[in-house]
Amino acid sequence: MSYQHELPGGTAWSFPVRAGRLIRLTALGPDANATMLLFGPDRLDRLNVPDTLKAQMSACIRPPMVLMSDRGLALASVTASTLDWHDCLTGFRQDQLLCTELAKHGLGEADLHASINFFSKVAIADDTRLAYSPGHAAAGDTVDLRTEQDVLVVISTAPHPLSYHDPASVRVEVTPATELHRPQRDEAARALEMSRRTLV
Amino acid sequence: MTTILESTLDTTIAAGDGALIAVPAGGRLRIVDLHGNQAVDTLLYDAHDLDNRYSAFDTVREQRAVFLTTGSRLLSTRLDELAVITGDTCGRHDTIGGACSQESNVIRYGEATRHQHACRQTFLRYGAQAGIGQRNLGHNLNFFMNVPVDPGGNLSFADGLSAPGKYVELTASRDLLVLISNCPQLNNPCNGWNPTPVQLLGWWH
Ligand SMILES: [Zn+2]
Repeated sequence: MSYQHELPGGTAWSFPVRAGRLIRLTALGPDANATMLLFGPDRLDRLNVPDTLKAQMSACIRPPMVLMSDRGLALASVTASTLDWHDCLTGFRQDQLLCTELAKHGLGEADLHASINFFSKVAIADDTRLAYSPGHAAAGDTVDLRTEQDVLVVISTAPHPLSYHDPASVRVEVTPATELHRPQRDEAARALEMSRRTLV
Repeated sequence: MTTILESTLDTTIAAGDGALIAVPAGGRLRIVDLHGNQAVDTLLYDAHDLDNRYSAFDTVREQRAVFLTTGSRLLSTRLDELAVITGDTCGRHDTIGGACSQESNVIRYGEATRHQHACRQTFLRYGAQAGIGQRNLGHNLNFFMNVPVDPGGNLSFADGLSAPGKYVELTASRDLLVLISNCPQLNNPCNGWNPTPVQLLGWWH
């Protein structure tokens, strides 16, 4: 069973995905942005960007990183991407789009957490300064996520908060994942192991 | 005419312990790194609306810089200014490294560390009295902690720039609840491999 859905720029969508599926996001125009919030099966456990970064010594999201939750579980693995940098340091502007999607699941402001801004890059200069990189993503760029838990995915295609470009569309495809993720680091392997224990 | 305020708060937080402190608008809260290289994990809440809480990544984006120091405006998820850093003898403070937890210790250092005390335990224990639970834990400030990032997108944990007696001071822009965990982490250099006490000083009417 597979399906795909296209989000026009400046919209939001939320959808549950079972463990063991592949979610492919495709940018359909330049300067696309897909801000993602991610919840575990009980909707209380959620993506923890700082834990994800410090366990993998990275300041951005890129393959083959594992996306980790507050409870130390792998929610999803970044199995492939045409881009080597997806921003996760600059959040999103809280807006009615996202809050309304959360409300559909009984979630609210308290459930907001640091997002991943797929297809966007905010470059780090001089050890501290941040600058949005226009032109980072082009039509056709992709990122693949393998779900490691039953997750709720919330996506907004509002422009990146530091971008002045018009928002582009983003395609979402969900298919069965055929392979297990092969992480690089021991930390990612441990998060995957903890995640798989909950599925026994 | 100069008004000299008496210190209204002077307390020490033992290594690995925490505190929940109400700071009224205009109040100044100083955290003193008594022994040097001690991470102080801190969350801020609008005292009248817990959903209006400190947001690390909104703060970083709006100041276009990763580290916090004097002048940094500490923003909420609604982009309200909760506090401003009005004094800093250390020079830089982290806010992207988050807090340690039992679960993240297992991921980073292995199963043997599962039952070591961790910051998120402290946040939950001291937050409970104000109704701050798991859903209300955003990503925190790490005073005196140094987490360098580089243009290649890499992150590291470095020895702190702090030293005995260095301090950071916040001025509250509205009535705040300040939730503090004096980090008990033993497995990385954020506490110089040896957690130590910190002092809190507060001045307000
Ligand atoms: Zn800690």
